[in-house]
Amino acid sequence: MELDPLILSRIQFAFVVSFHAIFPVFTIGLASYIAVLEGLAFKTENPVWVKLSAFWTKVFAVVFGMGVVSGIVMSFQFGTNWSNFAQASANFLGPVLSYEVVTAFFLEAAFLGVLLFGRDKVPAGLHLFAAVMVATGTFISSFWILAANSWMHTPAGFELREGVIHVTSWSDALFNPSFPYRFLHMALASFLTGGFVVAGVSAWYLLRGREVEANRKALSMCLWLLLFIAPAQAVVGDFHGLNTLEHQPMKVAAMEGNWETSRNVPLLLFAIPDQGSQSNLYEIGIPSLASMILTHEWDGEVPGLNEVPVAEQPPVAIVFWSFRVMVGLGLLMIAFAVTGLILRAGGRYYRNPWFLQGLRFMSVAPFLAVLSGWFVTEIGRAPWLVYGVMTQAESLTPSLTGAMALFTLIGYIVVYGLVFTAGLYYLMRVLYVGLEDRHDEEEHEAERPKRPFSAAHVPFEIDEGDQPRTPANQGGH
Amino acid sequence: MELFDLPLIWAFIIGFGIIMYVLMDGFDLGVGILFPFAPNEEARDTMMNTVAPVWDGNETWLVLGGAGLLAAFPLVYSILLPALYIGVFLLLAGLIFRGVAFEFRFKARTSRYLWNWAFAGGSTVAAFAQGAVVGSYIQGFETANGVYVGNALDWLTPFTVLTGLGMLAGYALLGSTWLILKTEGRLQAWAYRITLPLLAGVLVVFGIISVWTPFVDDMVRERWFSNLSVIWILPVLTLLCAFQIFRSVRNRYEGMPFVATMGLFITTYLGLVASRWPYVVPPEYTLWDAASAYESQLFLLLGLLFVIPIVLVYTAWTYWVFRGKVRAGEGYH
Repeated sequence: MELDPLILSRIQFAFVVSFHAIFPVFTIGLASYIAVLEGLAFKTENPVWVKLSAFWTKVFAVVFGMGVVSGIVMSFQFGTNWSNFAQASANFLGPVLSYEVVTAFFLEAAFLGVLLFGRDKVPAGLHLFAAVMVATGTFISSFWILAANSWMHTPAGFELREGVIHVTSWSDALFNPSFPYRFLHMALASFLTGGFVVAGVSAWYLLRGREVEANRKALSMCLWLLLFIAPAQAVVGDFHGLNTLEHQPMKVAAMEGNWETSRNVPLLLFAIPDQGSQSNLYEIGIPSLASMILTHEWDGEVPGLNEVPVAEQPPVAIVFWSFRVMVGLGLLMIAFAVTGLILRAGGRYYRNPWFLQGLRFMSVAPFLAVLSGWFVTEIGRAPWLVYGVMTQAESLTPSLTGAMALFTLIGYIVVYGLVFTAGLYYLMRVLYVGLEDRHDEEEHEAERPKRPFSAAHVPFEIDEGDQPRTPANQGGH
Repeated sequence: MELFDLPLIWAFIIGFGIIMYVLMDGFDLGVGILFPFAPNEEARDTMMNTVAPVWDGNETWLVLGGAGLLAAFPLVYSILLPALYIGVFLLLAGLIFRGVAFEFRFKARTSRYLWNWAFAGGSTVAAFAQGAVVGSYIQGFETANGVYVGNALDWLTPFTVLTGLGMLAGYALLGSTWLILKTEGRLQAWAYRITLPLLAGVLVVFGIISVWTPFVDDMVRERWFSNLSVIWILPVLTLLCAFQIFRSVRNRYEGMPFVATMGLFITTYLGLVASRWPYVVPPEYTLWDAASAYESQLFLLLGLLFVIPIVLVYTAWTYWVFRGKVRAGEGYH
């Protein structure tokens, strides 16, 4: 079998980016949560807020550390696997990615150290300020990354000269047509991720009767947040979809599984899109609803995949199903948020074991939703890398062979597999040890500020002394 | 409208970034290379502690350099990275392993030996890959119409293996002289003991590379032996630095061996630059050929002029905070 460098490079990039994306999407949300906790601690001087903030800062440190490590690879991949793209788009992409590095450096250099290690060393106000700045910094970082990514979807503010992109307006290029929607959609996704993880972990602690007061407070906060954020995300997602319809109609056609441009298009609940026959098998849908959602008219015309040659269609089945997974998880999140409100009467939200168990499992939902949403938007762009300007095939490194691409693909899978198994294992250890924080006094020899993981005083291996208190042996709660 | 020769300014910025990276990550990679040969586990704790507070700041220069190169000289980026495809992978994999080793080694007890290997192996692979990059830069790249057209393993030649080994020895020397500066007692005595053999190794490898280089490339030969005789001041300065390392180790000076080793690297680097200037993708493209659009270079320059001084001040401050000797079983608190 001939190894195709294009397919292998796409898998490789998708693997690296998917792997990386789950870390920042969590840290962005968590950084804001920590800033809020620090603000509450500063204002009320209630030690519970300090306890919660200290614990979640540890988790933040570990996830942030893994995010940084997994991110290094990406900027080099533009050069190694997509050198034609790198060369053609460098006039825009180079400065934008450099500004991201520079702003991330600011964040890390100035404030991360104060947030992670400064609690007892700097005034409380400064520590709060550092927390706010770290949270702000994560958004500045994502501003640059999303500007670059959005530009690839809806390129603007440039002209082509001899196949090379020249920026004619930095503001048009950075604030390109899909940027505001994408940025807001991503920001809400980050809050949802942070919210559901904190809720899920708090629910787990509550089920085991650990640190009940603090975790009850954390859970209550999260449920209020999710009650507003989860429905808001549905609204923003809808606007984002309309924007996509305007600029990338073929992506929307793939999301809807709509093969022919027509009116009264149904919203498909189930179908198996078949690219070969250019039609769906086993269709189940609600008549005219897709037309209504997309055009706000029951008989509105929705573009179909037949408007472009088959070679220019995205892989429909993946986009179609990823979109349904994302929306389904979104609806599930709204359901949990509303259930949380209903269970508030009489404090059932922190007592009902079914709800708490459900929340536990929901802590992975936002990650799956983010990944499937990311698949929708990135795979839906195919075969374009820069929509309407440059295809993926044109972007590929000319000298790249299938064997080389396969070698590094396997290499990255092995490296990431080893490193992140250790990382996730360690994260589980930190969560397991929990808020009780019995390791605070026992500073390991020569722990050093500057290493994010140093903020989590948890050893790598399990020892006997680590057993957290369980309801059975803690008595009086 | 083009008021300044921006590509030239950018060449200085990137050039400065590269030497900053080599000197600073060089010594912490060097500590990793020496790791398996340390006298005992306690020495390894101390060795890692000498670089733990500063290593990620040191690596910032690599990330800044990589992103800056894409922004300012995309042609270099899009030719070198495909040409060094396998080498880039090894470099990144090495840096990832040693990066997580810093985090986990101090958290681990029974699995500590695994993180020792990750740290030493990652550092060694990364250093070798960097040396091979330098070697393949001297060799030049096969291009057509601004894209690399050679094979995946063209970079791997006896010459690049030698430059890879040269970089390993050089970084190890930076590491050992850094340890002389930062440690005391038994560990420092060990560092003193290995420095002169390492220096001898470096000089031998550098000597072979110097004799070999003119045969690898005509342009270098011409520049060395005909029109630019002032270039010979650089190898003379290199030898003076080497002598200074020798003398200061003999006299048990603590700071001078490290300073002189940095001098050795700087003069070698300047020699390399002088031999190739102004070609950034030899033998075909000069820095002006490789430059990105004027507006793009300007857009980023405005930001960097603001940031680089802050990075330098912050870096200097970090080193100031963590100044002085590192002792066994002691952290900076």
